[in-house]
Amino acid sequence: MALHHSKQRLASPLARARGLGSAKHGVGHWWAERVSAVALIPLTLWFVWSVVRLTGADQGTVKLWLSRPATAILMSLFIVATFHHLALGLQVVIEDYVHREGVKVTAMLLVKGLIVLTAAAALFTVLRVALGN
Amino acid sequence: MPETAPPPRTRPLSPFLFPPTGTYRWQLTSALSILNRATGVALGLGALLLTWWLLALLGEPSDFAAVQEFLGSYFGRLLLLGWTWSLFFHLFSGIRHLIWDTGHGLDLRSAYRSGWTVVALSVVLTLVTWFAGYYFR
Repeated sequence: MALHHSKQRLASPLARARGLGSAKHGVGHWWAERVSAVALIPLTLWFVWSVVRLTGADQGTVKLWLSRPATAILMSLFIVATFHHLALGLQVVIEDYVHREGVKVTAMLLVKGLIVLTAAAALFTVLRVALGN
Repeated sequence: MPETAPPPRTRPLSPFLFPPTGTYRWQLTSALSILNRATGVALGLGALLLTWWLLALLGEPSDFAAVQEFLGSYFGRLLLLGWTWSLFFHLFSGIRHLIWDTGHGLDLRSAYRSGWTVVALSVVLTLVTWFAGYYFR
């Protein structure tokens, strides 16, 4: 039975399993989702508190609030962390429910494209208000 | 080949399979798991709403007033209420998941206790936020 001792047989089980995951970098994704989650705990509480205090405010009041350095910094971080976390989360949702490769890739591109576009618009608004016209 | 799996069609099915059948028994743990995902998707839509609100800052004061008027309408307030609860639920549920990631609280008793805690905290914080909102108005 010497013929069966091929190169494949000599590889350890670990070596044969490596790199065969669905996306090849699942751990990085998992970590990024947790890190953004931890960042969002204080940022979310700050955001809710701020918005509550702005209930019914007019444009001038909100602009004045957003132009303060601390607000602009925290709001930028909140936007980046939120949309990053959203992209990671929705990716998993799509991977879980969409199994046809073509539809999956299309859905992923559409969702991520929309997220990047929206995040850029939100971030631009903050910078525009904070840095003046 | 000592063992082969039975063909899929003859494999006995659990009566607790999802989607719910007549014998499906809801459990807090699975319901909260699905809610965590559902609120996450809802918050994605909320992020679109937030961006719309921010973009209105770049327009005329009347543009922003129109957005504020929509958000203050019954439908707008219903959206914001749902969003507030989703935010707090996803926040506390997320913290529960982060604790699980450290290997703690995974036994059934702890999972139920933390589950009800998340439900209670999300409702209480939503109410506190809305009372505060009406107070600051």
